[in-house]
Amino acid sequence: MDPIHQFEIHPIIGTGAFAFTNSALYMAITVAVISLFLLLSTQRRALIPGRWQSLAEMCYEFTASTVRQSAGNDGMRFFPFVFSIFMFVLVANLIGLIPYTFSTTSQIVVTGALSLLVISVVIVYGFAKHGLHFLKLFVPHGIPVFLLPLVVAIEVISFLSRPVSLSVRLFANMLAGHITLKVFAGFVVQLAAAFGALGWVMAIMPLGMTIALSALELLVAVLQAYVFAILTCIYLNDALHPSH
Amino acid sequence: MEQLGQYIGAGLATLGMGGAAIGVGNIFAQYLAGALRNPSAADGQFARLIFGFAVTEALGIFSLLVALLLLFAV
Repeated sequence: MDPIHQFEIHPIIGTGAFAFTNSALYMAITVAVISLFLLLSTQRRALIPGRWQSLAEMCYEFTASTVRQSAGNDGMRFFPFVFSIFMFVLVANLIGLIPYTFSTTSQIVVTGALSLLVISVVIVYGFAKHGLHFLKLFVPHGIPVFLLPLVVAIEVISFLSRPVSLSVRLFANMLAGHITLKVFAGFVVQLAAAFGALGWVMAIMPLGMTIALSALELLVAVLQAYVFAILTCIYLNDALHPSH
Repeated sequence: MEQLGQYIGAGLATLGMGGAAIGVGNIFAQYLAGALRNPSAADGQFARLIFGFAVTEALGIFSLLVALLLLFAV
């Protein structure tokens, strides 16, 4: 009944640091599901899209409008990057909601790697495109000179905390959601074991709560994928237009 | 004794979520108030709503993280 047990990583093939673990397996499944979905749904491109094709088109248009809104039209060169991240996080979150599966986004290693990738792209692209002008990001306009050291320090700290908050947000949301689900599902079993027939009647309440929480987790899974994508766009916008 | 301290610390760390709750509630309340006054402008501000929500929520998540670290990692 340990609610943390579900996050344990154990090797499937091989041992030690290079083992193929259940986390790696579910990441591979996630990529396979996305590839199959996008390949099969766009194989027979029709002018009037069927159900699968419209689903794929909806994913594309949703991400494209998000990128355009928050990073501008020249942000569209990062569309493949944002779309890959959005689809990976979304599908990994949704697969994790299926009972008896493993949720890869509840591992800080996975989300940390994703957010470090985002921040590295921002820093490398920012310096490659603007050179040292990229550092204007830390110096807002119209600040009195005597306040400047304080403001620059705050801006630098806020920039450095971005990868931390980006990865920890996704990881902690998934972790907390899955723990809560497990705890309430555990109440059902514990009540039934402790009070017998009366316990089964009482267990209706935590069971209903589990169902309601599953619905909430579905919302959180989609919302956190969207939040990850939109924050990626906003950070990329800083690399594209650093001086404001 | 050491474990007692862990549990008390983890419980105290969860208090930080109250602040995030106030912040997130404030964001959605203000959004709803604005959206009811000018419904035609509401959809255009959805991305900003989510951004504000995410940034505020991160602080609550940090306190949850401190609680979890105290329970399982210290």
